[in-house]
Amino acid sequence: MALLEVEQLTVTLQTQRGPARAIRDVSFAVDTAGTLGIVGESGSGKSMTAMAIMGLLPEGAKVEGSIRLGGEELTTKTDREMNAIRGNRIGMIFQEPMTALNPVHTIGKQVAEPLRLHRGMNAVDARKKAIALLDRVGIPDAARRADAYPHQFSGGQRQRITIAMALACEPSLLIADEPTTALDVTIQKQILELIAGLVEERRMALMLISHDLGVIAQNVQRMLVMYGGSVVEDGSTRSVFANRMHPYTMGLFDARPALGTPKGAKLATIPGTVPELADLPSGCTFAGRCAFTIAECHTTVPPPIEVGLGHHARCIRLDALTPTLSRREREQQP
Amino acid sequence: MCLVAAALLSFFWTPYSVYDVDMAAKLQPASSAHWFGTDAFGRDVASLILVGSRASIAVGVIAVSIGLVIGTALGLFASAKRGWWEEVIMRIADFGFAFPAILSAIMFTAVFGPGMVNAIIAIGIYNIPTFARITRASANAVWSREFVMAARACGKGAFAITIEHVLPNIASVLIVQATIRFAIAILAEAALSYLGLGTQPPQPSWGRMLAEAQTLMFQAPMLAVYPGVAIALAVMGLNLLGDGLRDIFDPRLARKR
Amino acid sequence: MNAPLLQVDKLVRDYTLPREKLTQPPPKVHALRGVSFTIEAGRSLGIVGESGSGKSTLARIVMALDAPTSGTVRLLGRDLNALPREELRQARRDFQMVFQDPYGSLDPRQTVGRIVAEPLAAQGATREEQRARSIEVLESVGLRASDAAKFPHEFSGGQRQRIAIARALITRPKLIVADEPVSALDVSVQAQVLNLMQDLQAQFGVTYMLISHDLAVVRHLCDDVCVLREGTIVEQGPPERLFRAAQHPYTRALLAAVPRAEPPE
Repeated sequence: MALLEVEQLTVTLQTQRGPARAIRDVSFAVDTAGTLGIVGESGSGKSMTAMAIMGLLPEGAKVEGSIRLGGEELTTKTDREMNAIRGNRIGMIFQEPMTALNPVHTIGKQVAEPLRLHRGMNAVDARKKAIALLDRVGIPDAARRADAYPHQFSGGQRQRITIAMALACEPSLLIADEPTTALDVTIQKQILELIAGLVEERRMALMLISHDLGVIAQNVQRMLVMYGGSVVEDGSTRSVFANRMHPYTMGLFDARPALGTPKGAKLATIPGTVPELADLPSGCTFAGRCAFTIAECHTTVPPPIEVGLGHHARCIRLDALTPTLSRREREQQP
Repeated sequence: MCLVAAALLSFFWTPYSVYDVDMAAKLQPASSAHWFGTDAFGRDVASLILVGSRASIAVGVIAVSIGLVIGTALGLFASAKRGWWEEVIMRIADFGFAFPAILSAIMFTAVFGPGMVNAIIAIGIYNIPTFARITRASANAVWSREFVMAARACGKGAFAITIEHVLPNIASVLIVQATIRFAIAILAEAALSYLGLGTQPPQPSWGRMLAEAQTLMFQAPMLAVYPGVAIALAVMGLNLLGDGLRDIFDPRLARKR
Repeated sequence: MNAPLLQVDKLVRDYTLPREKLTQPPPKVHALRGVSFTIEAGRSLGIVGESGSGKSTLARIVMALDAPTSGTVRLLGRDLNALPREELRQARRDFQMVFQDPYGSLDPRQTVGRIVAEPLAAQGATREEQRARSIEVLESVGLRASDAAKFPHEFSGGQRQRIAIARALITRPKLIVADEPVSALDVSVQAQVLNLMQDLQAQFGVTYMLISHDLAVVRHLCDDVCVLREGTIVEQGPPERLFRAAQHPYTRALLAAVPRAEPPE
């Protein structure tokens, strides 16, 4: 049994223009100590998925489907019950280290907070453990600096502190939502290495959300590609990177300016822009922008089709795409 | 919400009706001839209330305008110039704050004599520091935003930037503040009139009506209720109006309609 | 011999922080410690740096929005900080800027038409001229004439950045300083905007001073690259050489830190 199982999750939000489905029929699983990456752009629903798991959806959101953590159903829990799980069995790291920490409390207090809340530790023990955690995440001179305030630390250090907070109660699942996007690239590398190390050391499951394909490639074993609230492709990272099956995935990969592209070459782009939630087509969410769209794409929701071992893509036109694929494979052969 | 604001607004624009004094019928309770009854001098209370609103509105509008225009100008100037000028203007504003509002209004009218005009000036003056401070704070926030830097990169001068970029973006804050101060001004005028320092007889004023009603508390208690309720409704209506106005001016919310 | 488009000479910019102790002089931040480079017309320059490198300060000083503590900025041979105010304002038609944040760089209370025409209005152009040119540039960046009447909040991030680019183009400048123009955008949108910037380079003959932390982006648009670190240029040269055989350890560290889009075997 996997640690986290999400089955046919659909989330409907109340927007200015009426109800809109932000997440459509999403299913995936994360094993104990497994790593999963979710890649997508703004509006793809990747952060919303994390929020749904944590029970932190906005007011008025309707959830259908099932989210199970260690066999326990989360969607039916009350806010109070979820409070006991958040920070305790699931830890979360956010994108903006600047705002994730409370500026008026010392970092020692903030890291100790989940321990006092969920483990009922007294102040002295919690502080000792907090210092140990801060040390583990690489804050130098942790014992003394535990009494410092967030503004006295750099962005990278602040992110380390939020990681310490997320880990305090030894959660079985760590969700990291764009943890390094706001950081410099050299710091990014350090933070990602830190997370990878901790995940391995503590045998935690990791759900890493990012728009950066490089970050995904290096840190997770399985991945999902999301667009318009649905998972358009999923599989092992290696498989997806080697054989991009879904047109959106292909477009996403091709659009990156890579260090190897010669200057003056045009970047392949996906025409158009991501439509607003309320405007997403009712069939395949990518219909219209996809170069291979046919009439049926607008009306049918494509089912996941297995294209490799554990690798699925939701597209009704996969057969038409195979010629492209073989050409690509031929191009890649030396 | 806009509807409520409009309705309450129309309440005040119907005051220009009756203004008679009829000594014969004194202290009558509410009746069909006189909806709210009469006061100690036989005047129709309903008319007094309605006409009294004129005084309140006049004071409110003019006093707040004084505060708004001068205070905002000072605030914008301070924000645009920064440095030395800003410090000086803000210290003067602080000085203004040091005096409790009503007290300074009382002092002013005591020195320059009672009367509506002086009441307006007094209240107006004490509004200036509030507007100056709020304007400066909001304007500073706008100056630091990127589109202002973009405007500077075009070569726009500080004055043009203030008028074209800063002012529209702080407008909603000022509007809300203006309606709040309007409400406070009405209360201030009522207080001054109550003390006999504001509008003088025979011009009706809600504050003075309250003062007069005090002595007649046991004989005709309703005389105190009418002006009191009028004041309360005015204040509430203005607050709602402010909210409505602010929403109208926000281009983002304009899309909803 | 033509003067180079932009010549920056030994720029130093110090900021004085508030005094911490009464007995000691106040601490200083050395944002730029002697930066020099030249941009020739037609050869776009990329400035690569992380936070704290001084790149934003550099952008502001080149745009004459801030004065250096010492050093000069010369545009087409003229020292920008030595020009009288009126001449500087007129000179601004030749250099414009695109900012990083598509949500902050446009005044939410103005229509797109007004925003885009602003640099032209500041130069004293007539209303008709402003209107005509606004439509022209909006169409050059892939938007429509009808978009001029709308407000910024009605557009997506990528579209707003296009509006910002249109605004930078309207006076037909020779130099556009772009400070992280695509960092706040999604990858697929980035690609669209980068392609656009490339086209505009060819179409309008504009030269970029592109600031970015993303080496690949810089690679795409620029003929020369400088690597900026803590206020000094540590390495300079054509991108191919830098990316293949970087000499300075910092450059190498930057290149090594970029996660490669290939899963490890």
